[in-house]
Amino acid sequence: MKIVVAVKQVPEREAALRVTPDGRGIDESDVEWTMNEPDAYALEEALQLKQRAADAGLGEAEVVVLCAGPERVQSTLREALAKGADRALHVVTPESGEGSLAERGSLDVARLLAEAVKGEQPELVLTGLQSDDLGAGQTGVVMAELLGVPHATLVLQVEFAGQGGGGRRIKVRRELEDGWTQFVEMPLPALLTIQSGGNRLRYATLMGIKRARQKEMRELSAAAPAQRVDEVVRVSPPLRVKQTEMLTGAAEEIAAKLVERLRFEVKVL
Amino acid sequence: MSAGVLVVMETKGAGERRTGGGAAWHRVSTEALAAGQTLAAELGVACSAAVLGESAAIAPLAAELAAHRLETVWAVGDDLLAVYTADGWTAALERLIAQAEPKFVVFPHTYQVRDYAPALATRLGEALIGDVTAIQMAGEPREPLFVRQWMQGKLNAVYRHRKPGGVCLLSVQAGSFRADAVQAGQSQVREFAPKLAAEMIRTAPSEPVREAAQTVDLSAAEVIVGVGRGIGEQENLKLVEDLAQALGAELAASRPICDAGWLPLERQVGSSGQTVAPKLYLAVGISGAIQHLVGMKGAKTVIAINKDADAPIFEVADIGVVGDLFEVVPALTRTIRG
Repeated sequence: MKIVVAVKQVPEREAALRVTPDGRGIDESDVEWTMNEPDAYALEEALQLKQRAADAGLGEAEVVVLCAGPERVQSTLREALAKGADRALHVVTPESGEGSLAERGSLDVARLLAEAVKGEQPELVLTGLQSDDLGAGQTGVVMAELLGVPHATLVLQVEFAGQGGGGRRIKVRRELEDGWTQFVEMPLPALLTIQSGGNRLRYATLMGIKRARQKEMRELSAAAPAQRVDEVVRVSPPLRVKQTEMLTGAAEEIAAKLVERLRFEVKVL
Repeated sequence: MSAGVLVVMETKGAGERRTGGGAAWHRVSTEALAAGQTLAAELGVACSAAVLGESAAIAPLAAELAAHRLETVWAVGDDLLAVYTADGWTAALERLIAQAEPKFVVFPHTYQVRDYAPALATRLGEALIGDVTAIQMAGEPREPLFVRQWMQGKLNAVYRHRKPGGVCLLSVQAGSFRADAVQAGQSQVREFAPKLAAEMIRTAPSEPVREAAQTVDLSAAEVIVGVGRGIGEQENLKLVEDLAQALGAELAASRPICDAGWLPLERQVGSSGQTVAPKLYLAVGISGAIQHLVGMKGAKTVIAINKDADAPIFEVADIGVVGDLFEVVPALTRTIRG
């Protein structure tokens, strides 16, 4: 059994962001990068599935981690290898300009990833439900459509459901709105987008980091040209809709000011 | 008929329907209807709407929808649409779009839409412009621009659809368009049979279930202290527990805290948790991703303590403190206790 996990590298959550001079993107020059957290949950689910497949006597599963982007994304792929992925695929795109991630829409990026997945023929493709940077939440579902496989989104839990209809099947529990969940069964191969909270994330161990250096990281060229159907006209910080009064000073002064407000204005003390 | 706006309506989830209560429409689809009507009026084109399901079940819904200012209400009926599946919805809407030829298709940005609309867009050679918070008209000839949030609300990005002869698909964020702006009127119902085949549907969904009933009801709380990722470690929760106790407040959290198992799920506030409207919401180390804001922006007063001055929580805060919560929170607790 083979599982491909598609991950994205995104700016650190706390990163101070600047808009590019042309006003249409994020200036990447001082950005610290990290693995998109929902994708980290997808990787975790894949690593646990590998263990469960072994425990259930379904044989050795291989976890292949996949990422598209410039040179920098190799640090995120290494992190995935250190956590336990078996090997990595890096779809290399230019740093900037034509063919770079910024020039590609969500359909373009999904095409690059789907091409790489086709070369692997996995039973299962996992990815996070959305990215923390652009938040489109589409890459997984678009890949499923491009690959011609069934999918489920917002998945909390994955089980093997045995044979049926000519092949192995899986049963997943997916999150609906307002606290409801639902089981969905489907044949493999399939694609799942993973919701956070189904598992606890593991950390890479020192041994894992050491081993990761020996693992295969294969570079693939980004063959598909960018064919964006939409464009980003401008990017800017949002206008504040509410007048926020900012309190400053030492902690004790701030506390005194807050308590005064809580007592006389908000009237909760 | 062609070149207009088509709004895809969504009914309430199976679970919600079973527990009864209120209208049949998912709240955000009424907001999407308002957005679609406004967009059509700006462009001087007609607006239509569609409802999908098993024919007999959707007939009354289509009739109700026809009492709005729309050109056509499409009743997309098929036995294979009795239960939602991504495959069924994608195939049915692909066929409806081929028939109705809209230029814009507006969806509510719900979990269900997120599950199938990207596949539908791909099948049409398009990309969904998802989670839109505003529509602006610009240029000559006038065309719509769509505002989306980047970096969990830290930036706004303005998108334009540019594929010649294409169809522009967009979904609107909950609470971004006013449901009460929907215009009444009269329109005709047209039945559309997508003629689905059973083998098109590859997934087998089961009945929705709800976890054990929630024992903590935050919706009645007068004062809530909400804690987010900024708290760093589980051991540090003591700081906010002490503050909550001093204030006589309920403790709540954003999703990452509950995902990590530091607080039970029933204390989660936001789109996947509870919706609260206290007199005071004191947000500690919460950045203010939209998923959290939708659950607490009804609070009368919001106070936010966060070290990141650009955190979106400050956009909904009445009083903000940019600073180290590990200094400010204990100081506040001490001062309250006097």
